[in-house]
Amino acid sequence: MAQLRQISIFAENKPGKIEKITKVLADGGINILAISISSSGDFGVIKFIVDKPDEAKDLLIKNGFTVSLNEVLAIELVDKPGDLHRVAVALLRCGINIENAHVFVVNERAQSYLIVEVEDVDEAKKKLANEELRFY
Amino acid sequence: MFWDEELETISQNKLKELQLKRLRDTIGRVYFNVPFYHKKFKEINIKPDDIKSVDDISKLPFTTRQDILDNYPTGLLAVSRDEMVRVHTSSGTTGKPKAIFFTKNDIDRAADLIARCLVMTGMRKNDVLQNMMTYGLFTGALVMHYGAEKVGILIVPAGPGNTERQILLMKDFKTTALHITPSYALYLAEYIKSKGIDPTKDLYLKRAYLGAEPYSEETRRKIEDIFGIDVYNSYGLSEMNGPGVAFECEYKEGMHTWEDNFVVEVIDPDTGEVLPDGQKGELVFTTLQREGMPLIRYRTRDISRIIPERCPCGRTHRRIERIFGRSDDMFIVKGVNIFPQQIENVLMSIKGVAMNYQIVLESLDNMIVRVEIAKDLFDGNVMHLVNLQNRITEELRKEILVKPKVELLEPGTLPVSEGKAKRVIDNRTL
Repeated sequence: MAQLRQISIFAENKPGKIEKITKVLADGGINILAISISSSGDFGVIKFIVDKPDEAKDLLIKNGFTVSLNEVLAIELVDKPGDLHRVAVALLRCGINIENAHVFVVNERAQSYLIVEVEDVDEAKKKLANEELRFY
Repeated sequence: MFWDEELETISQNKLKELQLKRLRDTIGRVYFNVPFYHKKFKEINIKPDDIKSVDDISKLPFTTRQDILDNYPTGLLAVSRDEMVRVHTSSGTTGKPKAIFFTKNDIDRAADLIARCLVMTGMRKNDVLQNMMTYGLFTGALVMHYGAEKVGILIVPAGPGNTERQILLMKDFKTTALHITPSYALYLAEYIKSKGIDPTKDLYLKRAYLGAEPYSEETRRKIEDIFGIDVYNSYGLSEMNGPGVAFECEYKEGMHTWEDNFVVEVIDPDTGEVLPDGQKGELVFTTLQREGMPLIRYRTRDISRIIPERCPCGRTHRRIERIFGRSDDMFIVKGVNIFPQQIENVLMSIKGVAMNYQIVLESLDNMIVRVEIAKDLFDGNVMHLVNLQNRITEELRKEILVKPKVELLEPGTLPVSEGKAKRVIDNRTL
């Protein structure tokens, strides 16, 4: 399966930003699967997982947004106590440094992914090859 | 190559002789024909005959911007208004402008100095100059226009703005040189990049003349790199014809001041005392060739220094260093004098910063530097942005000794300038 990609949009911390972005996506018929925001106070980066990332990127750029499309690591989580810990242990054991993370629920709660932003996705995957982890 | 080899390479002694002759002539004319100067000279008991050497100029009173305003519009004319063929004004921030009048000969001499500058920087008859300055009351566009025409250069009098058309003109007429404001040059650079045009392949540019607003050395280099051209620093002000008072030669190490047309002095802005060559201070100019509106010891409020060493290009006219700052542009934060160019210098040297920026003065102690991030360097990582913000803050603090608040903005947020950029927004209520 293709590597999961995440769209990041630079945004000054001003009211109405998310409204504008989501309008562009809505008008373009893009389905948003997950959202997260990392903020520094004055500005932040809004991140989306969408069904059509390339199309979404083009649309946002055309509308004047500052956009980056990056590969992320998506590790499957099982809906039971202790599972996130299991994944965290694996990441630690393999020395993967997490730059940012959030959860992406795919199918009710039955299936979800831990979205992990790392410096180098391929290298992280190699390191994690022997762990019992399932990826998107 | 020279436009006027004899005068451009005149020996220092002969130049002094020529200056003295023209200075005495100018002083005679203002003493007898301009009541303002007559009164001023009388007050300190100076007669034209008291000027026996060029250095005696220091005995004469200064002319200030306020004097020009007070004598608006025609109070400083040395010949009849009927002899005037053109008036230019320089925008004042408050109320009336400064009016500068030119006789036919004055226009011709101003054009001649521009011709020297253009030929000195490599322009020839077969060159094409696209003049993107505003044609109108402002001296920049027209004075350059007349000078270029004198050399025989083909001029494309495009004026500023309408970037799409500018590019079309540059392509169709094979423009080799631009006369442009630095802020518009930066905008044009980004525009060209966004359209996928490679200026070194798709255009014919060789050089650009920047003017009308201050810019940093970093900006010059940036424009040179992006367009693959030479940019020559120059100095001018409406009160002294406009552009072409001083210009860089091929060596780009200081600007030759045309001393057969101007006496240049550097003074201590506080005491008015003349400073020795090499010391930094306020530039003061006296016109030596102007008929219509001669000005004696005009205080420019621009800070520079005289470079007395001979230039390898062979021209004997002394150079001045690029303007350190215009004292009008200077502002004070936490008691520290800051010039906008210092901030521009820092910003232009940092990767990840786009070319548009703004300085907002909030109070006596607070300033905000608003910068747009570079679109193509955004990687989605908020920490990288925080690092960039911290780096800009720290680099600025090192340069200006005051820690500004740095705001990172989305590209395209700040107003785009197609003429004179307004870089400093003053919100202080003092």
